[in-house]
Formats: sequence, C-alpha cells, structure tokens
Amino acid sequence: MLFFRQVATVAAKDLRSELRTKEALNASLSFALVILLLFSFAFSPTSDMTREISGGLLWLVFAFAGALILNRSFARELENDCLDALISSPVSSPALFLGKALANYVLLLGIEFVCLPVFGVFYNVSWAQQLPSLALVLVLASWGVSVVGTVFSALTVNMRLRELMLPMLVYPILIPCLMAAMQLTTPLLAGEPLTGDLFAWLRLLVGFDIIFTALAVVLIDTVLIG
Amino acid sequence: MRALAVEGVWKFYGDYPALRDIGFDVQPGQCVALLGRNGAGKTTLLRILAGLSRPSKGAVKVFDKDHLDRSARSAIGIIGHGIGIYDELSALENLRLFAGLYGLQSPDKAAHQWLERTGLERVKDGLVREFSRGMRQRLAVARAFLHRPQLLLLDEPFTALDDRAIALLQSLLKESLAQGSTVIMSTHQLREALELATHVVLINRGKLAHTGLRTQEMLDDPTYLYRTYGEA
Repeated sequence: MLFFRQVATVAAKDLRSELRTKEALNASLSFALVILLLFSFAFSPTSDMTREISGGLLWLVFAFAGALILNRSFARELENDCLDALISSPVSSPALFLGKALANYVLLLGIEFVCLPVFGVFYNVSWAQQLPSLALVLVLASWGVSVVGTVFSALTVNMRLRELMLPMLVYPILIPCLMAAMQLTTPLLAGEPLTGDLFAWLRLLVGFDIIFTALAVVLIDTVLIG
Repeated sequence: MRALAVEGVWKFYGDYPALRDIGFDVQPGQCVALLGRNGAGKTTLLRILAGLSRPSKGAVKVFDKDHLDRSARSAIGIIGHGIGIYDELSALENLRLFAGLYGLQSPDKAAHQWLERTGLERVKDGLVREFSRGMRQRLAVARAFLHRPQLLLLDEPFTALDDRAIALLQSLLKESLAQGSTVIMSTHQLREALELATHVVLINRGKLAHTGLRTQEMLDDPTYLYRTYGEA
C-alpha cells in the first residue's frame, strides 16, 4: 500500500511541477503540431497515400515529441540537488521510477489525444471510427515509450549531451514497440477493425510493456545509485 | 546498537581510490566532526553513508541495518550542498511531499509545524522560486528535520547559510543531540564544528588518519589535528 502511495506522490509531484512550468509540455506539443502541419504541406497526400503512411507518421511525431517530455523527467531533479533528496528518502527506487514513468505517460497521452484531431483535420482522416481500439494501441504503446524513456532519462541525466543521447539510446530499443504501434494504427485510422494478424502486433505490444516494465523495475536501483 | 558502522569502505572512481579502507563506529548521541582537506574524501564518504552511492568494497550499517535498507533511510536526515527543495512547488507542498515520502502519519500537520518552527508559515503558499535565499535555506533545514531523523548527515552545513539559518540550524542540532540523535558533520569551519563535536574523524587523502574523542587541545588550537595526524 505504501509503495503505491509513494508512486502516486512522485507522479503527482512531477505532474504538478510540469503543469506549473509547462516547459516540456509546451515544447512537446508545439513540436508535434508543427511537424504535423509541415508534413501536410510537404506531401499533400492523396487519401490512399495518407492511409499508407498515417500510422508511421503519427508514431514518429509521438516518439520525437515524447523525447522532449522524457528529457525533462530526471533533468528537473538536478536543480537544487532534488534527486539526492529523493534517493536518500525511504522511497524505493522502483516506486520513484514508476511514479516518474506514470507522470510521463499521462503527459504523453495528453499530447497524443490533442494531436489526433489535428491530424484528422490536416490529413482528412476519420480517426474516430475505431476509437476504442485506437485508444488501446495508444495506451499500450505509450506505456512502452514512457517506461523505456524514463529509464534512459535517469541513465543520461548527468551527461552533458543528454538531449542528444536520450533519443539515440531510446529509439533503437523502442523499434519493436513503435513497429507494432505503426502496424496497428495504420489500419485503425483507415476504419478497419482489429482482426487476425493485427492481434499478433497487439500481443507484441503487451509483451514489450511487460518485459520492459519488469526489467526497468529490477535495474533502476543500479541506475540511480551508482 | 551502533548508530553507524563503517566497515572497510573503499570507493574507486575508475582506478583511483577516493576512499581506502575506511572503518569507524559511531554510537547513538555522538556528534562527529568529519574533517579533512579539500579532496580528502569527506563528501564521497557522506554520500555513501546517505545511500546516494555504493561503496566499491566494504559495508555501511545504520542502526545495524544496511544503509540502503528502507528503515535505515527513514532514520537519516541530510543537508548537502544543494537545498533539495523544488522551486516550482510552494513551501507547504514541498514539506508535504517529503512528509509523504517519509511515510509520516499526518504529513499536513508535520508540514505546518515545521513551517511555523522555521518562520515560513505566512509564506507557506508562495512558490519557492520567489523566496529569498535565506528563506530557501530555512526551508531546506525544515525538510531535513521534518521526519525527526535519528542520524543527521551534514555536508558543509553552515556554508552559504545566512545568520538566521545558522542560528536555526545550531539550535535544532543542539536539540536533536539532547534528544539522543546522532550527528555526523563534515565542515571546513573547524572551530564551530569542534565546539559542537564529541568525537572527530579525520580523513587524509582517502585514508582514515585519526578517529577518537574531541580533546581540549583540538578546541584550543583547531589546526592541532592536522599538524598531529594529517598534513600540516
């Protein structure tokens, strides 16, 4: 019980801090919207082409926008040596990690749900046809991005080029998660239901989330306490 | 039960040994001045004691439990180089956060109590980034004492504090010692540290140079320790 209370306390603290400063949120949201806008001008896609690239385009935007949120996750703890105060408190490293991952997850989902209608308008896509299935994909893939990104945010927090290092380290590991999300999102945006082969990608997403959450929880103590 | 047991601690940064086979015990109620020149390894040792770093070799026990154990951490209060306070939260939110993380029964009550104690009650809802330096320092002191720690680890605690914060910290330290808490304090301000200390630990280039009672000679001439056991 105490563990979950600590997770909630850390997540609430991170969300409150971010909603007050809006540093990562503003940067991430404006980046995502600008990229969506620029792509719509650059390609002026036909409806067939949109159908083919929609999943890939959306998840690339979400992945890059997510990196901006994830970069701030542990970096905000460097001011005033707050990370030391957190680590030396009786909060377990997994609780600290899950609290931060949860806050990043909420922020990332927020960005995604703002970007979806904008994507629908710019690319003339009826994105809400398979909304429950699409929401399921967003929920599962965003958790994978948040978990892996939060671990590497902790790992790179003391590096001088952390803004560069984080995406370089995170994206290769996220390939299975992003591939599954793209493969699932493309047909769902075209209005096709989740059937047959698509369930294999869904299982991959679930497996990725379970494996990387478990790995992160086991390894985070070593990452945080050198 | 020992408040702190440091057993053959080594710390390597690459091949360089920052700490070499450090070992000493601290009994409850003692106030230890951890002394040494710049680069001697005081901060490295304090970071290990605080659970912020692992020793490369050796072990640290806090009240007979591993220093990374949850209950050991609950017993420790730290004042380090940074204030450990969030600028974008209010004073009350900061103390409530740490009271919650330390699992205090009524975080709100504890937070208000310490805001009053440190003279910050009237600005409790103000964001810390709008505070003066002195107010931030007093809030950092409140954070360290909030959970009534049994072992206080202080790294250069009086450096960069204003007069009011120094007076507050000194009175809280004396009160904690009177209540049986243990204090380990690393500092360059020898006279102030030795006046408060019951014991001294001197580190010289990562090695334990001396450990024992604080004596009258040390009080009379604070450089006595360095001349006798360390580098002149």
